[in-house]
Parts: sequence; C-alpha cells; structure tokens
Amino acid sequence: MSNWPKIQQLAKEVNSGKTSAASLVAKSLALIEQKKEFQAIISTTSDRARRRAEEIDNKVKKGQNAGRLAGVPFIAKDNFLAFGAETTAASNMLKGFDAPYQATAINKLEAEGAICVAKANLDAFAHGSSTENSDFFTTLNPYDKSRVPGGSSGGSAASIALDVAPFSLGTDTGGSIRAPASFCGVVGYKPTYGLVSRSGVVAMASSTDCIGALANCVEDVALVMEVMSGQDDLDSTTVEVKDNKFSDFKKPNKQIKIGLVKEYLADGINQKVKDRVLSISEKISNNGDIVKEISLPSLPLALAVYYILCPAEVASNLSRYDGQRYGFSDANSKSLEESYYNSRSKGFGNEAKRRIMIGTYVLSSGYYDAYYKKAQIVRTKMINEFTEAFKKVDYLIGPATPTTAFKIGEFTADPLSMYLNDIVLVAANLVGIPSIAIPAGKVDKLPIGVQLMARQKEDHNLINYAKYLEELINA
Amino acid sequence: MPKIEYILTVGIETHVQLKTKSKLFSGSDNDSKDSVANTLINHIDFGLPGALPVLNEKAIELASKAAFALNSKPSYFSKFDRKHYFYPDLPMGYQISQYDQPIIVGGYVEFYCNDQLRRVNITRAHLESDAGKSIHPDNQNYSLVDLNRAGTPLLEIVSEPEMHSPEEAKAYAHELYLLMRYADVSEANLYYGNMRFDVNVSISKDNQLGTRTETKNLNSFRSIERAITYEMNRQIDLIESGQQVIQETRGWNDTKGQGYSMRSKENADDYRYMPDPDLPPILLDDQYILKIQQSMPKLPKYWRQQVSKHSLSTSIIESLIEAEIEYSLNNLDYLVNLPTNQARVIANWLVNIELPLRKKLAESAKNIELSDKNIQQIYNQVYSIFESGEISSTNIKLLISQLLTMKKLPKDVKEVAKESKLLQTSDEGLLNDIVDQVLANNPQAVKDLKEGKDKAIGFLVGQVMKGSKGQANPTIVTTLIKSKIG
Repeated sequence: MSNWPKIQQLAKEVNSGKTSAASLVAKSLALIEQKKEFQAIISTTSDRARRRAEEIDNKVKKGQNAGRLAGVPFIAKDNFLAFGAETTAASNMLKGFDAPYQATAINKLEAEGAICVAKANLDAFAHGSSTENSDFFTTLNPYDKSRVPGGSSGGSAASIALDVAPFSLGTDTGGSIRAPASFCGVVGYKPTYGLVSRSGVVAMASSTDCIGALANCVEDVALVMEVMSGQDDLDSTTVEVKDNKFSDFKKPNKQIKIGLVKEYLADGINQKVKDRVLSISEKISNNGDIVKEISLPSLPLALAVYYILCPAEVASNLSRYDGQRYGFSDANSKSLEESYYNSRSKGFGNEAKRRIMIGTYVLSSGYYDAYYKKAQIVRTKMINEFTEAFKKVDYLIGPATPTTAFKIGEFTADPLSMYLNDIVLVAANLVGIPSIAIPAGKVDKLPIGVQLMARQKEDHNLINYAKYLEELINA
Repeated sequence: MPKIEYILTVGIETHVQLKTKSKLFSGSDNDSKDSVANTLINHIDFGLPGALPVLNEKAIELASKAAFALNSKPSYFSKFDRKHYFYPDLPMGYQISQYDQPIIVGGYVEFYCNDQLRRVNITRAHLESDAGKSIHPDNQNYSLVDLNRAGTPLLEIVSEPEMHSPEEAKAYAHELYLLMRYADVSEANLYYGNMRFDVNVSISKDNQLGTRTETKNLNSFRSIERAITYEMNRQIDLIESGQQVIQETRGWNDTKGQGYSMRSKENADDYRYMPDPDLPPILLDDQYILKIQQSMPKLPKYWRQQVSKHSLSTSIIESLIEAEIEYSLNNLDYLVNLPTNQARVIANWLVNIELPLRKKLAESAKNIELSDKNIQQIYNQVYSIFESGEISSTNIKLLISQLLTMKKLPKDVKEVAKESKLLQTSDEGLLNDIVDQVLANNPQAVKDLKEGKDKAIGFLVGQVMKGSKGQANPTIVTTLIKSKIG
C-alpha cells in the first residue's frame, strides 16, 4: 500500500479541509529523511514548502479553491530551476547556484497548489543512465542497494519507488525518465516534444529535451502532465495540443492495433525482458486488440544518431558555463583564458567533458557534413519510418530498458556500454513522439518496464491506452 | 610611385541596429543609449541556465522592410544558427545569427557618386543578436562588461566587392544609411553606433582580386573614406616594396588617422555553426510579404524624383533628404505640392535659414516649438511678401528666424514684418533724405558715377540700404540716385 492516495483524492482532501497541506509537506519531508540512505535527494526546499503549505491551508480556510493539486508535495529533478534551494543539476559547476526565476513547469504546478519539497539527484547535467555521473553521489536502487536506479532522472524515480512523495518531475532527452522508471518500477512519461515548456530547465540537448512526470500510476502522471502542458511564451518550441484533458479517461471504443517493434526484440535485449514484453502482448491480443510485429529498419542507427546530435547540442548548451557570471569560477586564474580553462576543467565532470569534446568535434569545420548533417538526414528518415508505421498501427510496444537495473560500477569504466542502456528509448526523442514506461512486473526480483509510443500530439490517447494496459498487467 | 595602375576593390559589411522596442530574443528594453550599465537585461540576455530565446516578431517585420529597401524580398524560409566563441560579453558562449539561410538574399543599392549613377549588389543580409560591450580601462588589470546591448537586433548587410574608390564606398554607406532611415528600419544614429561598417579592402593590377584585409567597426562616413584610403596606400606600399598583404582583421584609430593589425586570419576561426534548436525556422508567406511591401514608406529615390521636377540643386535636395527623418518627410511632401517657383525659393529657405537655425538652437538645447505644418503656413505668407518685392533677402532671413522662434503661429506674418521694420519702403520722402545724406557723404563715388563708372551706383545703393536698415526698395533707390545725379 502506498503512503499516498491518488493525487486527485489528495487535493480533494486538502480543498475540503479533511487534511492539511502542512501535514502532507511534513509527511513527505519526514519520509525523505527516513529514506536518506538511498541518496535520492540533493536538497530539500523545506522552509519554502512549509510557507507555501501554510498559504494553501489559509486559502482553504477562507473557503477558496486551492487548485487541482492543492497541497500535493512533489520532488523536482535538480535541473529544474526552483526557489527554496540551490539548483545544481548535480554538478560542481552549478553548486551554490540560487535560481532567480523558476521553471515554467514548476510555476504551473504551483499555480494549481502543488508544493515542491525537494530536489532529486541526477547524472550531472542529465548526462547518464545511472546517476553515477552525479558530481555529488550515486542514488541507490530502492529494490537493491547494490544497483543503480537508472538515469538520468534516477533520484526522481527512486523517490517514487521509495514512496516519499506522490509524484516527481524528470527530464527525458534520450530516455532519462523512462529508463529509471523501468529500473525502479514506477510510471514515467515523456510527452510529445514541445508539450511542456523547457523554460527554466537546465538544457541538455534542446531538440530532444522533454519535461515529464513520474508517479505510481498512470492516472497521477496524467493529471500532472495535464497541468504542466501548453504553449509558453518563454519557449518557442512549445505546442498547444487540442486534446489536452489527459486526466479524462475514456475507454477506447474501437479495436486497437499495436505494433510490436521487431528491432526492440533483437540481440542485446535480455531474454527474460523480451519474454515479459511478449507475454504482455499476448495479454493484449487475448483481450481483443490486435498485436502485430512491425519493423523500423533505421532503429539500429538511432543510438549512433543520438550520440552525434546530443553531444553537439550539449557542447553548445554548456558554453554558457564559463565561470564569468555565475556558477563555479576558478579564483586563482591570472587571465581570462586561464579562467575559462580552469573553471571549465574543474567545474565539469568527466561525462560533460566527454560530450563537450565529441560535440565540438562533430561541429568542427570539415566534419560537420560527415557527422552532424548526416545524423540529421538519418533522423529525418527515422521520422518518416515512424510516420509510416503509425499508418499501420495505433501504438508501438517494446521493452523500456534492455535489462533490469545493473550493478553500481558495472559500466563506469566503459561509457559506450552505458550508452547502450538507452538503445530502445532514444528513437522516441529523436522523432519527438510521446512515450510512456509502465511497470511490467519483475524479472529476477527486479522491476522492469514496458514502453508504449504514439503519434506526435496523441498524448491523450497514449495515456488512455497506458491506463488500460496498466490495469491489464495488474489484473 | 606608379600607384595609378592598381585597382582598388572594396566590399562592405554593415551592421544595422533595428529600431525594435525590445531585444531580438528577449523582452528587455532595446534602447541602451543612456542607460546605466547592466540594467537592461533579463535571464535570457544574461544567459542563465534554462533561459531560452524567443524571437521578436517586430525584427522580422523590420528586416522584411529592409529587404524591399534593398530592392530585394524577404526569404520564404530562413533560420537561426549558433555561432560559437568564448568572450565575456557573449553570455551564452554563442551568438545567434543566420548562417546559410538568411532572411535576405540578393538585392542592390543605387546611389550617385561624382554625379555618376552607381549600383552595388547586395550578397545577403542576415539577422543576428549583438554582443554586450567590453570596456578595458587604461592601466588596469581588469575589464568591465556591460550587457545592455547584448541581444540587440542587428541586420548585417553584406555587399558584393564592387566598389573601387574610397569616395564610392563612402557614398554607398551613406545611401544605405538613408535607406535604413527612410524604410523605418533603424534610428541609424551613427553617434550611438546604430550603424557600424566593416570594410574589406584589396588591391590588384588585374581582374584577379588581391588578398583582402578587413577593417572593423567604422562608425562614420568620413572614417570609411579615410580608413579605405589608408589601407589602400598601405597595401600598395607593401607590394611596391616587394612584400605581401596578409589576410587579417584590422582596427582603425580615427584620432591618429591610422589603421592597425588586430589578428591574423591565417588560423581561421572555427565558429562551429549549428542550427539553433531553440528557435523554429522563420516561415513567411506571400500574404505577409505583400503586406510589408504595401506598407513600405517612400524611399529617397522617390523623393529625389518627385522634387526634381522643381529643378532644385543636388545639394539642396540632399540636404533636405538628410535632415531628421520626420522633418524631411514633412517638408519634401510640402515642396512637391508647391508651384515650382515657390518651391525653389522655399527649399532654399529651408536649407539655408531653417536648418542652420535648428542646428544653432540645438547647440543651446533649444528647439523650434512650431509644428512643421505651422512653419509651412509661415513660409507661404513670407513667400507672398517676397513675391510682392516688399522685403530684401537680408530681411527675409531675419523675418523667418524671428517667426520660427515664436511660441505660436502669428495671426498675420506681414504685421510681424511691419512691426519689426523689415519691410521695404517706397516712401520717396523718407528715402530722399537718406539719399541726400549718402550722396553728401560719398563725394568720390558721386564723382565716379558722373564719370560713367557704373560700379559706383551699387555702392551708393548699398549705403542707402544700410541707412534705411534694409527697408529701402533698391529699385526705387537706384532711380532716385540716378535722377539726382542726372
């Protein structure tokens, strides 16, 4: 049994005065303290959270509606700029950085009464799949402390699995919400690109960065996504989706066609994980929908494309961390050149440096056409393949990760193998389509997730079907 | 030295600051003229984590207008790219610019140089955000950065290397300046750096272009001419003495009248251009482009053609075109609609009386308070006094100067002239006395006149005019003198 009722229920209780925002915040902060050993959290925003709880309780006392998320505590990945605590992106570069403005996503949640209580650990600047690249510490998997929680939103996923808050926020650039959701046995949602404003979120790779939510069930994720989504004047890549009442669940009234992605069941995917996906597919067809195998031939290239485009954007986006205006600055440097060199050498961890070097290389004159441009061409081809696939089926299904959670330190010496963890996830980012990871039971006592993908802007339908599938799996 | 055999070739890159209210990608105030350092910045201009650029649509409108001013059209598709380099006045570590698909492709500028019509083709023009300002105090071990200017929208207009003399380059830059003001694209205030010019200069003996240098950041027409002349001579001297011109970026010291080397381009900068993923491409449709075209203000070429029907001198026309834009537009329109004789006289007053007066007032921080419309009413009345021959040219200047500094439009201009004793008198009784006085005081001139030296009459008339404080009618005075001397 969870420590928390469904979010809608929780907000109702706060609005009716049955429970108080203050007590929910206190409860969440106490749970965070209790589960400290898992190192899911970088900092708490306790003072501000208590003040906000008080405001919300006062509102309720005056008979006002305190919002659809009244008093609901949540945890934000520490690459969201938020008041009440430092925003570090788990990097030494931003250690001590106090955000002077908040992410649009957080502002929208706060406007509906939600309360940010803590900032979760991640791989520094969201570069990684395990939180081992955090410049501070590695988060432990709630199911097995010797294993990673996945990443980069590892702290956010672990927090939900540890049940310290009803929902958390993550970012998904190449699988960073869905992979840890799979490893931690929670629901993780990556929306259509542009559905949620990126304003106020430390940028990783701008063309694939997505803001999403993690929670214990699809229903909670749906409500949070509904509140956060929408066009934002501070992010010109945001889109308005007409069908945006994600929390209105309607039963699909037609037979659904599901594509079982052939390339996601190839070598390199753990056999037991494959079996889980196949048995779920069988359940789906036994219940009246159609499951058929479908091939997207460019998929094996997705990871290569991703690890050209993503570092290029990373190298560019990290240029602003130069030690001159904010963030880490080497105090002993004698010249501007030295200050640049030392601030960036000491402020960035190895993975950030690795990506800066790859990105700088692929954008260099003489190499641009061979790498960046070619990768963009393959990306376009991939988009076309998905468009074709979605003419034949409504949703695509596959594993959310190739394996269950791996051991801490298992891949740290071999970054390339670490990158393989995202092999089934990056395509959704490159193509810009929504994708959800939902718990699909356990393999060898460890959670594993199944992934569903839909057409761009069909977030509502995807969420509907995910809820149906969630019930089917749990039945 | 046989300098004459060299061909000079010049291409110019012009940075035009667009007159938008806010910056290119943020809501901060774009008018950094007199603001305290680092007060016109927000999280976007400062390059904070998570800050995203959002395109100011007004900049697209102004760039589109510039396209028509350059005899071109805005592109249906253009996009923004990141140009990477590290400098403290570039907060994001990259400048947002347009690399391979700019908003304007092609076009030309036509202008006169030494009475010859010249056409210089435009390669392209692209939008970009300006960097901040770095200030390096003398003898200090620090530099200061002011980010007020960071993010200001610039249109960089790149000409083909088609100019072949310093005067021609200067004339091109000047015409571009007029175009940007008339098209309502830029304040084009050179003093505030609203337009900055980079000149690419090379010399050669044949059609094969020589190695070029780029002299950056020129901010006046005169400095363009001087810097090009200097650079041309420097390159000729190098080649004449058996040396080579090195491709480099140069600066210009206007006080010393000297150029200086800034950095060699042998190790070409690699800006690692990349499409900016934060900004969707700019897509313009025919409807939008047509709307801009229809809203285009009249350009200098139009006004020159219009006023040329009055056969005004080039210098008068150019002075009128060059004045403050609102003033120019009001008065050009006014002149075009006047009969030719009147237009020519009043154009002369505008340029030789009103403009110097305005300049003089401005020096003591004063202004003409009457509206342009009121001033035109005054001119129309002064013109009818002028036409009736009742006022001398000296007194016209006095009268106009007096009228223009009045707080409001006088009921009757002629009354003012009368009260100020500026009208000519034909009162022979009054004139008689003055003439007699003058003749008595100037026996030599009287003698000369009697001996047939006609020049003397001019002198005597002048003396009478002086004696009457300009109120005498010179025709009557001449007749009077002649009759007295017989």
